[in-house]
Amino acid sequence: MLNLVVKRLLWGIPVLWLVLTLTFFLLRAAPGGPFDQERELPAEVEKLIAAKYQLNQPIVQQYGHYLKSVIQGDLGPSFQYVDYSINELITLGLPVSLKLGFYALLLALLLGIGLGMVAALYANKWPDSVAMITAVIGISTPNFVIAPMLIMWLAVNWQWLPVGGWSGGHWSYLVLPVITLSLPYIAAIARLVRGSLLEILNQPFIRTAKAKGLSQKAMIFKHALRPSLLPVISYLGPAAVGLMTGSVVIEQIFGIPGMGRYFVQGALNRDYTLVLGVVLVIGLMMLLFNLLVDLLYRLIDPRIDQNSPLSVGNG
Amino acid sequence: MKLKMGLIILTVIVTVVLLGPLWATLDPETIHWDDMAIAPDTVYWFGTDVMGRDLYIRTLLGGQVSLMVGLLATIVSVLIGVLYGMLAGYFGGKVDAVMMRLVDVFYALPFLFLVILLMVFFGQQLWLLFAAIGCYLWLDMARIVRGQTLMLKEQGFIEASVALGQPSKNILFKHILPNLKSVVIVYATLIVPQVIMIESFLSFLGLGVQEPMTSWGALVNEGADNMELAPWSLWFPALFLSLTLVGFNLVGDGLRDRWDPSNKT
Repeated sequence: MLNLVVKRLLWGIPVLWLVLTLTFFLLRAAPGGPFDQERELPAEVEKLIAAKYQLNQPIVQQYGHYLKSVIQGDLGPSFQYVDYSINELITLGLPVSLKLGFYALLLALLLGIGLGMVAALYANKWPDSVAMITAVIGISTPNFVIAPMLIMWLAVNWQWLPVGGWSGGHWSYLVLPVITLSLPYIAAIARLVRGSLLEILNQPFIRTAKAKGLSQKAMIFKHALRPSLLPVISYLGPAAVGLMTGSVVIEQIFGIPGMGRYFVQGALNRDYTLVLGVVLVIGLMMLLFNLLVDLLYRLIDPRIDQNSPLSVGNG
Repeated sequence: MKLKMGLIILTVIVTVVLLGPLWATLDPETIHWDDMAIAPDTVYWFGTDVMGRDLYIRTLLGGQVSLMVGLLATIVSVLIGVLYGMLAGYFGGKVDAVMMRLVDVFYALPFLFLVILLMVFFGQQLWLLFAAIGCYLWLDMARIVRGQTLMLKEQGFIEASVALGQPSKNILFKHILPNLKSVVIVYATLIVPQVIMIESFLSFLGLGVQEPMTSWGALVNEGADNMELAPWSLWFPALFLSLTLVGFNLVGDGLRDRWDPSNKT
C-alpha cells in the first residue's frame, strides 16, 4: 500500500512538470501580453515593466527561473492583481472551490446512490422508469442551462435564495451552485448503482441469502450494496475532474471567487503566473484524488492486484 | 426501446435543423429595430433576442454548427483513438506498455483547461475547435479499442492469418478492424454528445464559435444573460441542445445494451 503511494507520487512529478511546461509555452505563444492596454504606454515605460517582471529575458531563461521558484514553493507575483502573490490568491480561492466541490460530490453520492437503489429495487416498474428517464435528462442537460433557469425561478421570481455571490460561504449562497454542479453526477451515479445492484442481486450468494430467509433490507444493506458500489468508486476519479471543470462555469455564473474564475479571468488577462498556478494546483488535485480513489478501491475490494501500481481508476 | 426513442428524437432534430431554414423568411443577422425581445408569435416563431434578431433561424443555424462540430470532432477522436488502441493492442509487450503509459499521462493532464487556454488564445478558428476537442476525447476510445484488440489477437482466426504469413498491415486492417466495428460505433455515439457538450461549454464561456456564426452554446449564453427580458431566448436553444444530447445518449446506451456483451447496465 505504502509502496503504491510512493510510486504514484513519484510518477506525479513528471506529469506535473509536463502540465507546467505545456501551459507555460502555450501561454507565451499566445498573442497579447499581460500589460497591453488600450492607451499605449511609452516604449521606455513598457521596457521598465517588462524588466520588473523579467519578461525581457530570453524565454528559456524565464522558464528556468519560473521552474526554480515553483520547486521552492513560490508561484510568483500576479501580473494583474497588484500586491498579490499567486500563493496568496490560491490560498483565497482554493478553499472556496474545495467547499463547493465537496458538497457537490457529497450530494451526488447520497442522492445518486439512493436513487439508484430505488430504481434497482423497483426494476422495470414505474419508480425505475421515472428515475432512469430523469437520469438521462440530467446527464444530457448542461449545468449552464440549468443554472440560469434555477436562478430565474428560485432567486429572481420567488426570491428564496440569493442570485449569486459567496458571502463567506453562508449556506444560502451554497444551495444553488451545489445543486447545479452535482445534478449530472447524481444522474450518472444513479445509473451506475442501478446497473451494478441489479447484477449483484442475480448472483448466487444473494440467492443463498434469500433462501435462508434474510429480510430484503438486511440483504441489500449487508450484502449487496457494498460490492455494487465498486463502479461508483472508480467513477469518482472522472467525476472529480468533471466537477473541477464544471465549477469553472458555475463559479462564473454565480460569481463565486474560486479557482475556476481565477483561471478564466487570468487567461483573458494574460496573467501568466496566475494561469500557471491554477493549472498546477488543479493537476495536483487530480493526481491526489485519483490516488485516493485507488486506495479506496483496494480497501473495498481486496481482490485488486496490489502489484499494478499504475492502474488508474477510470477507464 | 431506448434505441428507438433516441433515433426518433435525433431524426426529428436533424430534420428540423437541416430543413427548417428552408421555411425561414427572415435573415439570421438582420436586426429588427422595432421588434426587440418579442415573445414567440406568428412572424417570429421562436421570438426575437434582445438585439431584435429572429431566434427561429438562429437556433436552427446554431444547431447546424453544433452538430457539425460534434460530428467532425468525433471523427478526429475516433480516428486517433482506434489507430492508437489497435497498434498498442496488436504489437503488445513494450510498445503497448509505453503507449498506454502515455495515455495514463494524458489522463492526468487537466485537458479541458488546456483546451480553454487554446481557445482563449487562438480562438477564432473553427478547425482548432475540432482539433482541440478531438485530441481531448480520443483517450477512452484508445483504451477500449486496445482491450478489444488484445482479446481478438488471441482468437483462432487471427492466429491462423499470422501463421499464414500475412503482413501485420493486412491483419490489422482486414481482420481486426472489421471486428472492432460494433464497439467503435457504440462508443463513437457516446462521444458525440460529449463533444457537443464541450463545444457549448466553450461557447458559453465566450470561447467557442465567434460572431456572426453561432451555436447552441453561444445562444444559451446570450439567452442566460437576458432571461429576465426574453426568457424564450434561453428556452429554445436550451431545449434543442438538451434534446439532442438526450437523443445521442439514448442511442449510445441502446446500442451498447445490444452489442456490447461486457456491459449490461
